[in-house]
Amino acid sequence: MSQAVKIRGYPSPQELENAPGYPSPERLEKGPVAVIECIEEIPCNPCEQACPQHAITIGKPITNRPHLDEDKCIGCGLCVARCPGLAIFLVDLTYGKGKASVAFPYEYLPLPEKEQTVQAVNRAGEPVCPGTVIMVQNSKVNDQTPVVTIAVPREYASEIRGIARIRKER
Amino acid sequence: MREVDLAVVGAGPAGLTAAIEGAKRGCTTLVFDMNPLPGGQLIKQIHKFFGSREHRAGTRGIKIAAELLHQAESEKVEVMVGVEVYAIHDNILEVARTFAEDSPGSSLKQEATLPSRHLAIAARRIILATGGAENALNFPGWTLPGVMGAGAAQTMSNVWRVLPGERILMVGAGNVGLIVSYQLLQGGAEITAVIEATQKIGGYGVHAAKIRRAGVPILTSHTILRAEGDLRVEKAVIARVDASWQPVPGSEQELGVDTICIAVGLRPNTRLASLAGCNLHCSPRLGGWVPIHNSRMETTIPGTYVAGDLSGVEEASTALEEGRLAGICAASSLGKSAPGDDKEIAAIEERLISLRSGPFCQPRQDAKQELIEIGEVQCRKQ
Repeated sequence: MSQAVKIRGYPSPQELENAPGYPSPERLEKGPVAVIECIEEIPCNPCEQACPQHAITIGKPITNRPHLDEDKCIGCGLCVARCPGLAIFLVDLTYGKGKASVAFPYEYLPLPEKEQTVQAVNRAGEPVCPGTVIMVQNSKVNDQTPVVTIAVPREYASEIRGIARIRKER
Repeated sequence: MREVDLAVVGAGPAGLTAAIEGAKRGCTTLVFDMNPLPGGQLIKQIHKFFGSREHRAGTRGIKIAAELLHQAESEKVEVMVGVEVYAIHDNILEVARTFAEDSPGSSLKQEATLPSRHLAIAARRIILATGGAENALNFPGWTLPGVMGAGAAQTMSNVWRVLPGERILMVGAGNVGLIVSYQLLQGGAEITAVIEATQKIGGYGVHAAKIRRAGVPILTSHTILRAEGDLRVEKAVIARVDASWQPVPGSEQELGVDTICIAVGLRPNTRLASLAGCNLHCSPRLGGWVPIHNSRMETTIPGTYVAGDLSGVEEASTALEEGRLAGICAASSLGKSAPGDDKEIAAIEERLISLRSGPFCQPRQDAKQELIEIGEVQCRKQ
């Protein structure tokens, strides 16, 4: 049973590596892939139905952790907005020019805009580096869970999981 | 006196599904809720649900409430809101308006349909689905304005669109504390910290991770010592606690906050069940005292059923299933069964077991089983 997540509030690298939904370093090098940071046995399975490639399996019992078949995953990112726990990310180390792209759910207003420079943060919410917004998806299938994709230096791709909230002008 | 087949107290997930199943089987069905809007906690739940497809996973609670109300309407269930059932005796429910006629509650579209200030209704079967109540936490300054239950903050923010404060301390890192913190962030507040007296975050790791990456610290082994302020909360003093729950001298920290939310658990809201005379059993895993019920959700009072958080604090998904079960069983005891009811009951029981599995939920399954075993002895035989 996981420990670090119950104390720090986010999984340790070790816990992620042991999670069946976390892709291998080899797969990450090949291009966009879902990164499932769901490491506890909780009763939940919408990710399984979200994947058109059937790359995510939970099966029975429903408390199984999601298993990613990393060869089947084509990196479409449809699972990102569907995870009720907002625990799925899409990472593409092949974005180019020393950059990687990281996509994450972002349920705050105002939304960032394309090409905006944002403050990329790690799992603890600490600023890591500036990022550039590539895309903001918020269509009907998102069901009000917008997905933001940012470009960041490749070496930070494994730690960046969001951006600092953009505050409204008062 | 008006007579109905089925009276349901509480228009949350359990009460609504109970009413829908009863009405589907031909019961004249009336639902009472003391709040100005029906839907119970669902109308505050703007997050996507966990669970499986049959439990509406991935759907936001607020949408589930709308669907259930629509279904209730098409099954001709009458939902009275803004009314409180204050006594039950001999299958008669005494009902009074919760709000004065000029209160904001009564001006809403779904206004209280009570024809007079008071009404007595005779019901052949009663289903109590009165939900849970938040536990309080006492500390110096806890009566200052600005100290409130996390549920109250969630109601202000998500139902009435009023942000309770700008800088908020959340006390308790169970799922309620974590989810409400996230929603207050979405509403534009700062969560200064979430503190938790035990050594571990009680809620799901994914809920914790959401607020951590928004920069919110979660301090385990921390408690609140006092709230300070002249007319309202201006700061909170917190401290680390040792293994025997005692504050560690010198570890005090002052946090400048205007709001302190308390999320230290829920207990079944048993007041009405108790008044009605249901036997209770104390089950810490289920939140404290709960009405004893059998596998058909019937209490020690023949003809009176329970469902949802009242019968043990759990999730909306289990409340939906227990409500269905209670509705089907109450209708069937009136001779109003639908073909395939036995299969349906078995399917519900299977889904409940699946929802109560895993390290988080298995303790509830065990506690529920114990409660039902007591119920099978104490409640009438079918």
